Amino acid sequence: MTGIATSATPPAEAPDIEHLLSMYQQMLTIRHFEEQVNTLYTTAKMPGLAHLYIGQEAVAVGVCAALRRDDYITSTHRGHGHCLAKGATVDRMFAELLGKEAGYCRGKGGSMHIADQDTGNLGANAIVGGSAGIATGAAWSAKMQGSDQVAVCFFGEGALGQGLLYECMNIAALWRIPVLYVCEHNQYTEYSHWSETTAGDILARPRAFGVLSEEVDGQDVRAVYDVTSRLVAQARAGEGPAFLVCHTYRFHGHHVGDVQRGYYRSADEEQRWRAERDPLVLLASYLAQQPFFEPGVLEHIEQSVRSNIAAAVQFALDAPYPDPSEVQQHVYA
Amino acid sequence: MSMPSADPAHAAVRELSFGQAIREALAEEMRRDPYVFIIGEDVAEAGTPFKVLAGLVDEFGTARVIDSPISEPGITGIGVGAAMTGMRPVVDIMFGDFSTLIMDQMVNQAAKVHYMSGGKLRVPMVLRTTLGASRRSAAQHSQSLHTWFSHIPGLKVALPASPYDAKGLLKTAIRDDNPVVIMEDKMLYQLKGPVPEAEYTIPLGVADVKRRGGDITIVATSSMVYVALEAAEILHGLGISAEVIDPRTLVPLDTRTLLESARATGRAIVVDEGYERYGATAEIAAVIADGAFYDLDAPVKRMGAMDVPVPFSPVLEDQTIPTPAGLAQLAKGLCGRL
Repeated sequence: MTGIATSATPPAEAPDIEHLLSMYQQMLTIRHFEEQVNTLYTTAKMPGLAHLYIGQEAVAVGVCAALRRDDYITSTHRGHGHCLAKGATVDRMFAELLGKEAGYCRGKGGSMHIADQDTGNLGANAIVGGSAGIATGAAWSAKMQGSDQVAVCFFGEGALGQGLLYECMNIAALWRIPVLYVCEHNQYTEYSHWSETTAGDILARPRAFGVLSEEVDGQDVRAVYDVTSRLVAQARAGEGPAFLVCHTYRFHGHHVGDVQRGYYRSADEEQRWRAERDPLVLLASYLAQQPFFEPGVLEHIEQSVRSNIAAAVQFALDAPYPDPSEVQQHVYA
Repeated sequence: MSMPSADPAHAAVRELSFGQAIREALAEEMRRDPYVFIIGEDVAEAGTPFKVLAGLVDEFGTARVIDSPISEPGITGIGVGAAMTGMRPVVDIMFGDFSTLIMDQMVNQAAKVHYMSGGKLRVPMVLRTTLGASRRSAAQHSQSLHTWFSHIPGLKVALPASPYDAKGLLKTAIRDDNPVVIMEDKMLYQLKGPVPEAEYTIPLGVADVKRRGGDITIVATSSMVYVALEAAEILHGLGISAEVIDPRTLVPLDTRTLLESARATGRAIVVDEGYERYGATAEIAAVIADGAFYDLDAPVKRMGAMDVPVPFSPVLEDQTIPTPAGLAQLAKGLCGRL
């Protein structure tokens, strides 16, 4: 093992600028989406809880860019980025967050439970680590049905404390299940530094099961995409599960209301990550160094994303709530 | 019921054990639907400790009768994920006591996926496990925890009492698009009873009147059906005619049949092997008290397992579950015969 994978080594082929721009647009969409969520929440237009993905965009986008539409993902309470990166549209996402009928789950799921089977999203899960079984089962299902689909299970490093994950990794290794466990190591399990909750070496855990394990700079979308593409190709080819630690950082608090964070991390630390490790800035800088690259492209993307988001927010605000009679629908199929 | 000779389902009837009936249901459904598979601990060559699944692996192979590690939450979660993506898993949990280990996957995942997704995702999964004491297996292998599942919207719960019901309910459960929990009394696996050779299913939510009677209604679940039938025989000797009704499924619950009987007899006792406190007996008694109030001549009574961890020593354990004599005594009192 040569340590954390990065995109520092120049690839053999010239970068696919269109692809990078597409990933930039997706990351920016997630960034603006979440900023609007923050606004909707703090202006009391959004009920419930909101766990923002800002700072971690390169993980969802880099991983999902390496997947097909019919591949599966399971997501977490901090899941808006995963849903969008897998192909959800911002209008129906906002509608779900506001509890509207036009939402992905007709307003029954909300921020922590968005599912969209059309894009292979088997649902965000508000039980930490709770989707390890679902993702592993979906991948097992694909294998049993003779398809070459894979499943990605997203979870934070906080889920490393949950036993279900290890049961599933053991089974996935035994049965060579095509599942990729993506650990988004954002360094904080709610309001505690990960070092207070995680003993030993994280990668030693999956490796103990014989699961192919790697780590990557989760702020570098190109690196995340590259390593995921490789691991997914191996899983698709029947080589079994893999485990990927993405080192990243949660720019905001655990949830929108977590604003006094001094007791668990310093403002200086946050500022350093924002200034030096913003995945959008990192990709923009890389693009700017490419020959013939026109910076105006990024401004154009920015304008387009802003106007999409604004229209989607308005759509969701205007959308009707579900009929009250829906409360008893969908308890049973 | 139609005349036996005219009903193809009764044209050929064998005696099968409860365990054989379950095995036959699984084999038929696995032949019919290639998406059905079994996953559990020692389900393949071992055929489970109760040998209920013995032989299935010979016909369907280890790809569809899958031995798992001892990881109840893991295999239940894998079942949920497989069910959400086109398969029809039958998850085997060796003892109902291990339900404690799988509650997150059943309660927070399986039960809620359809609702939380606004009706888009489905979990057509069957969870088979056991209930029942009196096997001298002590406190962690003897509980009857079916009420836990019955409390959760999104789950269905079936408690077969006869080989006929075990087969028919299991086949229906496998075809159902919802998570269905089937809890089998491990003391019943050897019990024999008539099972037609021809294909049949039993809808969930339809009670079965196991014995007709006019003086008192006894609602009994799972193996308590036999306790109730024996009590009814004792009562018959005393000139009291007891009707015995098995709801067969706790969710959905056939309230109509229960209420019709209670209204006709004016007296009701509910007997179930789960703990009496906050148990299935409480729910069913409340349904009857509420729905048949103006026709009742006495308060609805209930009998469940004694509210203690199930003890090992036979002399202690035998006190913890309802008996025919105790049930008959309670019924006698309710009918004003002391």
